[in-house]
Amino acid sequence: MLRTRSARSARTAALLASLTLVALLGLQGLAFAQEIVVYSGRSEALVAPVFERFTQATGIRVVARYGDTAQLAAAILEEGQRSPADLFFAQDAGALGALAAAGRLEVLPSHVLDRVDPRLRSPEGLWVGITARARVIAYNTELVPAEALPQSIWDLLDPRWRGQIGWAPTNGSFQAFVTALRVLEGDDRAEEWLRGMLANQPRSYANNRAIVDAVGRGEILLGLVNHYYLFQLLAQYGEDFPARNHHTRGDAGAIVNVAGVGILDSSRNKEAALRLIEFLLSPETQQYFTNENAEYPVLLGSQVQTNPLLVPLDEIATPEIDLSDLADLEGTLDLLQRTGVL
Amino acid sequence: MRRSSLPPLYFVIPAFLVAAGMLLPVAYLLLRTADAGWETVWRLVWRERTARVLLNTLALAAAVSGASVVLGVPLAWLTTRTDLPGRRFWAVVSVLPLAIPSLVGAFTFVSAWAQGGLVHQLLRQAAGVARMPDLYGFPGAWLVLTLLSYPYVVLPVRGALLGMDPGQEEAARSLGHGTWSVLWRVTLPQLRPAIASGALLVALYTLSDFSAVSLLQFESFTQAIYVQYQATFNRSYAAVLSLILVALTLGLLALEAVARGRGRYYKVSAGTARRQAAVPLGRWKWPAVAFCAFMGLVSVAVPVAVNGYWLVRGLVAGMGVQLDWQALVNSVYASFLAALACVLCALPVAILAVRWPGPVSALIERAGYVGYALPGIVVALSLVFFGVNFARALYQTLALLVFAYVVLFLPQALGAIRASLLQVSPNVENAARSLGLSPWRVAWTVTLPLVRPGLASGAALVFLTAMKELPATLLLSPLGFRTLTTRIWSAVSEAYYIQAAAPALLLILASAISVALLLAGERRSA
Repeated sequence: MLRTRSARSARTAALLASLTLVALLGLQGLAFAQEIVVYSGRSEALVAPVFERFTQATGIRVVARYGDTAQLAAAILEEGQRSPADLFFAQDAGALGALAAAGRLEVLPSHVLDRVDPRLRSPEGLWVGITARARVIAYNTELVPAEALPQSIWDLLDPRWRGQIGWAPTNGSFQAFVTALRVLEGDDRAEEWLRGMLANQPRSYANNRAIVDAVGRGEILLGLVNHYYLFQLLAQYGEDFPARNHHTRGDAGAIVNVAGVGILDSSRNKEAALRLIEFLLSPETQQYFTNENAEYPVLLGSQVQTNPLLVPLDEIATPEIDLSDLADLEGTLDLLQRTGVL
Repeated sequence: MRRSSLPPLYFVIPAFLVAAGMLLPVAYLLLRTADAGWETVWRLVWRERTARVLLNTLALAAAVSGASVVLGVPLAWLTTRTDLPGRRFWAVVSVLPLAIPSLVGAFTFVSAWAQGGLVHQLLRQAAGVARMPDLYGFPGAWLVLTLLSYPYVVLPVRGALLGMDPGQEEAARSLGHGTWSVLWRVTLPQLRPAIASGALLVALYTLSDFSAVSLLQFESFTQAIYVQYQATFNRSYAAVLSLILVALTLGLLALEAVARGRGRYYKVSAGTARRQAAVPLGRWKWPAVAFCAFMGLVSVAVPVAVNGYWLVRGLVAGMGVQLDWQALVNSVYASFLAALACVLCALPVAILAVRWPGPVSALIERAGYVGYALPGIVVALSLVFFGVNFARALYQTLALLVFAYVVLFLPQALGAIRASLLQVSPNVENAARSLGLSPWRVAWTVTLPLVRPGLASGAALVFLTAMKELPATLLLSPLGFRTLTTRIWSAVSEAYYIQAAAPALLLILASAISVALLLAGERRSA
């Protein structure tokens, strides 16, 4: 008698538990009906406010996984068709190119693509740039007189800079620059430049941030970086932080790269993801990015005021090159390893 | 030591399951390596550069472990066995560097000591020093990693010193040996397994670290692995290189087995151990305090001061300090679960390895160390692969994250429990058995209470390390789950130093409190 009662109550408990579980799962399904998952290589501080405004405007909730761009890309490739991600927001075009090459990105509609400078998106329409950044040479204003600044990347081979240049060879943006150099001047010249640089004993930093910081401290005189880290550091250290950006003219040292987005082929919320891209490309959001993070807007036309701290894109003599020309990452890595840079 | 019976299944089965879980990353790496094709594998393995970077990395691991032993053993001894003034305070300080993520350690080290850094600014104003010594490369990486990881030696050695029977030392003293002689000839030899397990943890930490070596411009093997992900998004090449790291780990484990020795570390005589008497330091008292203070200064005070500097700058500039309590709660909760899970998984493995030594139990124990030497991203990606394909319901849940922590940090619990277990005489267990208790009951009622110091220090190590874990947390945590360490990382990598300061200080504070609690508990159970 006792046993049957306890067995019955156990069964009742199990039934109750499973009912609760079903109810919870159901509720979850309801609550998240309008939700997209973004894997973001861009930092939470920068993009979370944008996602919030998107949710306010559309009612679509954005859930983000923040991480390192390359590692998120690797995770998406590992996840395959079961990836929970709908949208990938990458810090550089290389990662988007890798996903595109693996056939993991959806073609975007032309009404979105057509808004963006054709140099700053995938020619197949698989990804689109959201903000643009220029390669620059950061220099220490107290230790380098303006007339001594290198006019081209080839001037960096001058022995006067021996041991005084910082670069970040493991960094995607540096590798894009080397790829551009190969495309613009040929593999042989690129190799010559790299070997010349090595003879000048550059210092290999972990990333662009560390380089600009080191330039400001006077540890090095020049650094090959993306333009916007300087503005971040100026905001932190104040205006007397002794580093500024310098643009070379017309060579690979002046290429423009992007942070951009693509929709995953495995996404089940492509409509909603597309709406987020439209929102990211709206003049208001573009204005926010250029104001907050001192990056360049990517829209055609002049609906957005580029941050006044920046040299406008059309005044930088960028070389004639499309981002899609920079797809041969493997060739660049080969070259970097052959020359001993990496 | 030898037993006629085979180990009971309720130790063997869990131990096998744990070992199988620990080997998941290796299975993944073999899978990805197979994708690469043999030609690529050979090309990557037989590059002159691969060999050179590997040797550099090994040299660094040896130097860091050596320095950690030299610093960690005296610290442990001073804070457990002597009349050092402020002993308990220094005990907490000597463990605290564990709370500092290597990203923060390296970033603050550069901010403080590099050319034009905060220390240099002071020296320039005060004494007109124009140049600071160049810290990058091997010396910098060696210094930073030593300062971050010497507590891995301090903790197990503390445990061993506290658990040691003072009888032998007293006997030596009665035979006319002085304090130093006893220390060298009796105490130190008994510390061998603890020192070996601590040094091993330090060496493997060095092998797997990425943040510190890259910020200090030391070309280590993990960098070669990261470059493959970063530059070509080629997971197969990264897998090949990671397998080399696994092979290296196995080599180090063999080395540790030799260093550990085959001695007996428990007492066989009857009678209760007396309380250990504190060694009077005499005129060495103040030099000893200075040593503890110096270590605390360079390893803990500098990171705290640099973050404090940024916090004050932010406050002066009128930016409000945002304390992210949710991140704190998440960090503590996930790390607590990790500590619990690691101890539970380590127990059967350690019991098997110590009480039934043999090739099989040795293999099971070794399997536990593999994940620890691999860069976090490799383990994370392997669990992404297995999680999404074979445990979809668990993917990106706290459960899988905790499992990842177990794969990454099990050896920390394993080493500590093992060292503790070695100090428990099997005779005690045999006596309990002869009185009719089953091995299961013996484990629960006799062994477990006796190895409590080991359980506590193992749990503490895992807790503190999980608090600062980054790559697996980023990839495997539930969506929207943020920890103090992910906050710090995202702020520092975008050069928001001011915004990184509060979570960094909070992380160090939370860890300090848990260390203090733990050491208080250690005293009670010792």
